[in-house]
Amino acid sequence: MSEKIYYTKEHEWVRVEGNIATIGITDFAQSQLGDVVFVELPEAGRDLKAGEAAAVVESVKAASEVYAPVSGKVTQANAALADSFSLINEAPESDGWFFKLELANAGELGGLMDRAAYDAFVKEHA
Amino acid sequence: MTSATSHFALDHEEALIFDLGDTQRSGVDLPPPPAHKSRLGNAARTAEIGLPGLSEPEAVRHYTRLSRKNYAIDMGVFPLGSCTMKHNPRLNEKMARLPGFADIHPLQPMSTVQGALELMELLAHWLTTLTGMPAVALSPKAGAHGELCGLMAIRAAHEARGDARKVVLVPESAHGTNPATAALCGYEVKSIPANARGRVDVEALKAALSREVAALMLTNPNTCGLFENDILAIAKAVHDIGAYFYCDGANFNAIVGRVRPGDLGVDAMHINLHKTFSTPHGGGGPGSGPVVLSAALQSFAPLPYVVRDGEQLRLVEQRDAAAQNFGRLSAFHGQMGMYVRALAYMMSHGADGLRRVAEDAVLNANYVLASLKDVMSASFEGPCMHEALFDDRFLKDTGVSTLDFAKAMIDAGYHPMTMYFPLVVHGALLIEPTESESKASLDVFIDDMRELALAAKAGDAARFTAAPLHAPRRRLDETQAARKPVLRWEKQA
Amino acid sequence: MRYLPLSDGDRTAMLARIGVSRVDDLYRDVPASVLLDKPVNLPPAQGEMAVERVLSRLSARNVAAGSAPFFVGAGAYKHHVPASVDHLIQRGEFLTSYTPYQPEIAQGTLQYLFEFQTQVAMLTGMEVANASMYDGSTACAEAVLMARRVTKRKKAIISGGLHPQYGDVVKTATAFTDDELIINPPAVAAPDDLAALIDGETSCVVVQNPSFFGHVVDLRPLAQAAQAKGALLIVVVTEVVSLGAVMSPGEMGADIVVGEGQSIGNGLTFGGPYLGLFATRQKYMRQMPGRLCGETVDVDGRRGFVLTLSTREQHIRREKATSNICTNSGLCSLAFTIHMSLLGEAGLRRLAVINHERACRLAEALSALPGVTVVNDTFFNEFTVRLPRAASDVVEELAARGVLGGVPVSRLLPGETFADLLLVAATETAGDEDQDAFVAALREVL
Repeated sequence: MSEKIYYTKEHEWVRVEGNIATIGITDFAQSQLGDVVFVELPEAGRDLKAGEAAAVVESVKAASEVYAPVSGKVTQANAALADSFSLINEAPESDGWFFKLELANAGELGGLMDRAAYDAFVKEHA
Repeated sequence: MTSATSHFALDHEEALIFDLGDTQRSGVDLPPPPAHKSRLGNAARTAEIGLPGLSEPEAVRHYTRLSRKNYAIDMGVFPLGSCTMKHNPRLNEKMARLPGFADIHPLQPMSTVQGALELMELLAHWLTTLTGMPAVALSPKAGAHGELCGLMAIRAAHEARGDARKVVLVPESAHGTNPATAALCGYEVKSIPANARGRVDVEALKAALSREVAALMLTNPNTCGLFENDILAIAKAVHDIGAYFYCDGANFNAIVGRVRPGDLGVDAMHINLHKTFSTPHGGGGPGSGPVVLSAALQSFAPLPYVVRDGEQLRLVEQRDAAAQNFGRLSAFHGQMGMYVRALAYMMSHGADGLRRVAEDAVLNANYVLASLKDVMSASFEGPCMHEALFDDRFLKDTGVSTLDFAKAMIDAGYHPMTMYFPLVVHGALLIEPTESESKASLDVFIDDMRELALAAKAGDAARFTAAPLHAPRRRLDETQAARKPVLRWEKQA
Repeated sequence: MRYLPLSDGDRTAMLARIGVSRVDDLYRDVPASVLLDKPVNLPPAQGEMAVERVLSRLSARNVAAGSAPFFVGAGAYKHHVPASVDHLIQRGEFLTSYTPYQPEIAQGTLQYLFEFQTQVAMLTGMEVANASMYDGSTACAEAVLMARRVTKRKKAIISGGLHPQYGDVVKTATAFTDDELIINPPAVAAPDDLAALIDGETSCVVVQNPSFFGHVVDLRPLAQAAQAKGALLIVVVTEVVSLGAVMSPGEMGADIVVGEGQSIGNGLTFGGPYLGLFATRQKYMRQMPGRLCGETVDVDGRRGFVLTLSTREQHIRREKATSNICTNSGLCSLAFTIHMSLLGEAGLRRLAVINHERACRLAEALSALPGVTVVNDTFFNEFTVRLPRAASDVVEELAARGVLGGVPVSRLLPGETFADLLLVAATETAGDEDQDAFVAALREVL
C-alpha cells in the first residue's frame, strides 16, 4: 500500500500507511521553535480525538502543544526522542516523528492539506 | 577567542562552596552541649548530609567575590522595563533592622507587638489614601500572590451572590502572571487584542463581555507604557455586566500621587512594594504585594487583618461565622520587613514627593523616548508614561536581533532593557529609567544607546552577535542547560 | 528631595527636548476628571532624622525577642545569625540586583542559587530543589497542587500534625479547584495514623515532621503505605534546624519535601519575609513550581549558571504554567545559604544537638511544676505542655512578667478543646538563666 502525507495548519505532518498514521511537526515548525529541549509524548493506548492536545514540545523560550490531527488510538511514541531531542531539529519529518496512531476515521484526512497546499499556507502566514 | 574584561584583575574566578569547604570545617563556634537523653525516638539522623563548611574569612571572600559578578542598581542605569528598578534607600534597610521590627515573633502576645500593628495600620492608611480605595489586604507576599488575592476575593464575591462565572478577560499585552493566576482560581482565560495604538481594543472588549465574565484583569498604565485612555468606559462596561475590574498595579509608579486607581473604577489592585515603594529586588525577591480593595470587595479580604479596639490594636486571625473572607494566603501576617521599608520610603517622600516620583519617572521616560526615537523605532507615538517601548524595525536587515542589541548594552556597561515583552510588538525593547536617574546619567545613557543603534545600522553586526565580550561570562548555552538539566552539585566518583 | 536627582532646571530642559511645556502635558492620556491637581491628604516629605524618630518610636513599643526570655515557635524560630550574614546580604550587588534573567551579569546570584539548591537537596535528602518559594506555607500548598499534576488524582490527605495555618493555605489554594481535602483532626497527644486513609484515589499525604505539636516520627511505614497506593508523600519541615538531628525526609521515603527556611540566616521579622524550601525527586523535576538554576557553559566553554526549565513558568506558559509564582525569596535564600555555609555539616549537627538539649532540659524543668504535663514522648526543640489553666491567659501574664513563654494552641486552633495547651520552643538562644526565669514565672502565674 502506498503512503500518503498530509499537513495541518498547526504545522504537523501525518504520514498514513494502511490504517496507521505517523505524526510529527514540520521543518517550518521546528525552525520557528528553535532548539528543542523537551517533548512530552502520549502513552500507547490513549484514545485521541482530532484536535485534542496530544503532545508538548518545548524549546528554551517556548512551549507548544501538538494536537492530534486525526482521531485514533495511540500505538507507539517515538522512544528515540527521549535521548535525543535534537532529532526534532535535525530530522523533523523523518526520524524526529512524535507518535503513531491507529486511525479511527480515515475520512478526517480529507480535511487536511497536501504538500503544495501546506507550502502555500506557510508562505502566506510566515 | 580572547575575552577581554575591562577590570580583569577585580574579577576572580570563584569555585563552588563544595570545592572550597569540607564537612568538618565551620565558621560558627558553638560550645559542646552537656550530656542529655535523646527524645528523638527512632528517627535520629545517622546518615551524613554532605554539607561543606567555610571559616568566616573564606565565607566573606566567597560571597564578596560572587557579588562582584552581578550588575545592580547601585552600579549603573538599570532600564529594565516593567520592573521599576529604582534606587533602594539605605534608611529603609536601617529601619527594617530595628529590633522592634526585625526581632519580633508573629505569634508573640499581641500586647507585646502594638507598635508593629500600628505600623501595619499606618501603611494601610498610606496605601488606601494614595489609591483612593477603602481597604487593603497586606498579606500577599509578592505581585503574583496579590493577583491571587484579588481574584480569590472576586470569586468569593460572585459566589456569595450565587453567581458562578467562568471567564476572566486578559489583554494579550498582560504579564504572564495574569492568565496563570486566573487559571489557578479555576477561571477560563480569554485574551483581548490590543489596537494599533497599543491600548485595549474597547470594541473587542465589549464584544467579549457577557454574564459569564467574572473579571477583567488590566494593567494600567499598560505594559506598553501607555495610559489606557478609555479606562473609565472600560470600567463602566465591566461593571455594567456585574463583573469586577482587577488592575495589575505593576506600573503604579507612573501615576502614584497623580491618579488614584479608586477614581478609575478599580475593584482590586496589587501594589508591588518592591517596585513603586523601593523595597529591594534582592536578586529575585522577596517581594510584597498588598492588594487594595473596593467597597464591593473589602469584606472578602483574606485573613489576617488589623482592627482597632479603642486604644488596642488586634489581628483578626480566625474566620468567624459571619465573615465572608476567603481564608488565608500564607502563614502569619505577610512581609513585615517590606512594610517597614515601604513606609520609610513613603514617609521620606511625603504626599508632595511621591507625586514628584511619578512625574520624574514619566519625564525621564519621555526624555529617553524623545532622544532615541530618530535612531530606534518607537512603537507608539508619545507621550508615554514611565517606560518607553521600541521594537526591532530599526534593526531590520542589520543582522542584529533585539537580543544581540541587549547583549551589546552589557559591554557598554548597562543592564539590558526588557526584551521581547510585551508580546504585542515585534522584538520589543522596553526601557524604564525610573525617577532615580539624573539628567547627566540619562544623557550618557542616551549617547551610548545612540552609538549602539548607529553601529548596528552601519553594519557592525559582529560586535553585537558576539556580545557580551566584557562580562564575567559570555553567552551561556541555555539549550544544554534545559536538555540535560544539572540542578545541583554532585560529588565526583 | 534626597532621592530625586532632577533639578528644576533639568526638568525645564528635558521638557523642552520632549517638546511640551509642562509635565501635565505628558499625562494627557489620563482623563482630566481623574488627574489630581494637588497632593493627596498625607504628610509632606521628611528628612532621615524625622522618619527615624517616628519609626524608632513604633519599634520601641514592641518587645523584641532578644530582650526577654523567649520560647515562642510554632513555625518561626529564634536562632543566632552570624554577623557576617547580614553584612554580606547588604552588599549592593546582591541587594539591588534583579532576577538573574541576564546570566552574563548575574553569575553571583546564579552561583549562590545553585549552591543553595544543592544544600537544600542534601538537607532534605532529595535529588533536586528549587530556588525557593515565598514561605513554607505557600510551598506546602504548591506541593499539593504538584502532587495532583503528577498523580492526576484529586484527593489530598492532610495530617492533624500539620501547622493549622499551613492547612488553611492549602484550603485556599484548592478552594476553587475540584480537589478534595481530607483534613485529620489535630493530633495532640501522638502522631496520627494516616496509612489507613490512603486509597487508590489519593494524590498525596501531607505530614509535618516534627509535627506542629512537636512529635518526631519515623515516616518510613507511611512512605511505604503511600507508595503502595501510588500516592505521594509530602513531608513538611517548619524547623529546618531539626534536619541536623533527625533522619531526612528523603531517607524516610518522601516524594516532595517542603519547608520553612527562616531558621537559617533569617530573623523573625513578625512573620516575613521568609523563604520556602521545595525539594523533590529528579523524575518530578518538570512538575515543580518556581525558579530553577542549572549549570551549563558559555561560548568559551567556561562553567556558568542560568535559570532553566522556564517553560514551566508563567512568563512562558501563561495559563498553563505549573504556578503563577514570579519570585523566589532571593535575599532570604542568600542569607540561608551563607549561614549554612558558615555552619557546614559539623556546625549544623552541633547546633541541632544543642537545640535538642535545650528543649530536653526545659521539658524536664516544666514537667516538675505542679499541674503541668509535657504531652510529647518525642520532640526536637519544641513540645506541647498541658497547663491547669487557659494558656492564652498564662502567656499574657508571663508577658507582663517579661517572659515570652510560648504559643497558646488556641491562637491557631480556637475553641475550648485546646485551651490548656501551650507550645514551647527552646533553641540555642534559650540559656539556663532564661529557662530558669521562665520556669519561675510560670510557677508564679499558675
